[in-house]
Amino acid sequence: MKKEKDFDINNCYTISGKLALPYTYFAGRTGSTFITHIRDNKKIMGVRCNHCNKVFIPPRQTCEKCLSMISDNWVELENQGEILNYTVVRYDDNHLPRKAPFILAMIKLGKADTPVIHIVEGISINDVKEGLKVKAVFAEKTTNTILDIDHFEPV
Amino acid sequence: MSRRVAVCAVAQIKNEPDIWYQRFQGMLLECFEELIKKTGVTFDMDKGIRNIVTCSDDVFDARTISDSGMADVVGAHLRGEKKSAQNGINALGYGMSMILSGHDDLVLVMGHCKESQSESRNMCTNLAYDPFYLRPLGLDFLNVSAFQAREFMKKSNITDEHLAKIVVRSRKNASKNPFARENGSISEKDVISSPYLSDPVRELHQYPVTDWAVGLLLCCEERANEFTDKPVWLTGFGNCMDSYFPGDRELTSNFALKKAAARAYKMAGVKDPKTDIDLFELNDAIAYQLPLWAEGLGLVPEGESDLWVESDGMDRHHVNLSGGMLNGNPIMLSGLARAVECFLQLRGEAENRQVDGVKRALAHGTTGGAGQHHGVIILEK
Ligand SMILES: [Zn+2]
Repeated sequence: MKKEKDFDINNCYTISGKLALPYTYFAGRTGSTFITHIRDNKKIMGVRCNHCNKVFIPPRQTCEKCLSMISDNWVELENQGEILNYTVVRYDDNHLPRKAPFILAMIKLGKADTPVIHIVEGISINDVKEGLKVKAVFAEKTTNTILDIDHFEPV
Repeated sequence: MSRRVAVCAVAQIKNEPDIWYQRFQGMLLECFEELIKKTGVTFDMDKGIRNIVTCSDDVFDARTISDSGMADVVGAHLRGEKKSAQNGINALGYGMSMILSGHDDLVLVMGHCKESQSESRNMCTNLAYDPFYLRPLGLDFLNVSAFQAREFMKKSNITDEHLAKIVVRSRKNASKNPFARENGSISEKDVISSPYLSDPVRELHQYPVTDWAVGLLLCCEERANEFTDKPVWLTGFGNCMDSYFPGDRELTSNFALKKAAARAYKMAGVKDPKTDIDLFELNDAIAYQLPLWAEGLGLVPEGESDLWVESDGMDRHHVNLSGGMLNGNPIMLSGLARAVECFLQLRGEAENRQVDGVKRALAHGTTGGAGQHHGVIILEK
């Protein structure tokens, strides 16, 4: 079995590269409605499957369980809810929205049946816990993504 | 119709932290040449290899259609080639189905991944998520798995001490595997005092960045003796994809793994994995996953994996004697690494980690954060 020492590396080199390609993504009809409600009305919307009696966030066109079309069944969710699960991200990286350490949580908003994942601020990383009530803080500048909710903070 | 496919030979390089001194094409070429040498297989269009399944990933390779850059060195030039950009366990299942369907007699499966090429593995896995709902939040396979870890530790009584035991055992087992990444030995205290990456996942709970390449030659039952006198049989395969949004999933229900395993068990005629399977290789990217997956496979009753870990169930059931993914295999190939260990054990070629009397083994692979997708393969002597 060959190991590093078995390779001739005389006059060999590595090169630096980068993938950095701008894209334009269509947000979808359902996604566009969801984001514009947050951006313009400060309202967080879910969709209900009437067959499964379940309210989903993020919204989607079709219920994966019964395959019903559900994208017109908009339900206004409460802007606050409860932390079901969380993690403290303690590493820094370019794809992360905050400097470490910061909290990511699964938050079940009032009137929703599935939790949404988001950033939690305004509380020490040592004090975050399941059951904590948090409310949405909307972004001042839009990015047309889920970050139009800037973060959640304790009620 | 035959219901089994032979694995005639495998070839692999050593798992390493950073193979900066070799292109991935060169890594594959070493495996490829060894397979040709071991089996005498040719590329004759009547009797030889006409179809190749490759496994690689565009983002890890930083080139789209990542297979096109190495088709020639794996013999796929001027013939059939299909790429699996999921965990390699699916490449193996794909090759198996090509033979069972009668599409071809022989299939070469080749996989490569250099996790070390990118500055950040977490940035690569962040790109698995959509640009509206999940990617902007910085989700990656590590922090998404942390949610699953917390929920599982709450539900199962698996503690930091259990996880430390799993990591230390992985290193110990890997030290007997000449192809395993050399990580050095550590103590349970080292694991428990290693810093959190994403609570409750600690630095030493997670598999290290690894580069590797591997190849397997598959053949129909009728012609297997042309290439080996010791075939290992693929007798069952199943896979299943869980919901996309982590919030839609019951993170510790093992929904997809149970479905994948049930399909593989049914195909192979496995009634009870605890007694019908002699050796298990589980895709433990992060330490908590080993007991969680063991429950999902039906190897351990649900909610009892803490007792199972304490009472050395992992040794009793011959789980991850290779060191597992936890010791270091690249994410794309971890399922193939599991299958290769099963192959060596079934052939009696696992050297000083060999278990006597292994007749049937299980290899498992996952793709996505917190095991969104699972694949299970049953191998037999
Ligand atoms: Zn429904």
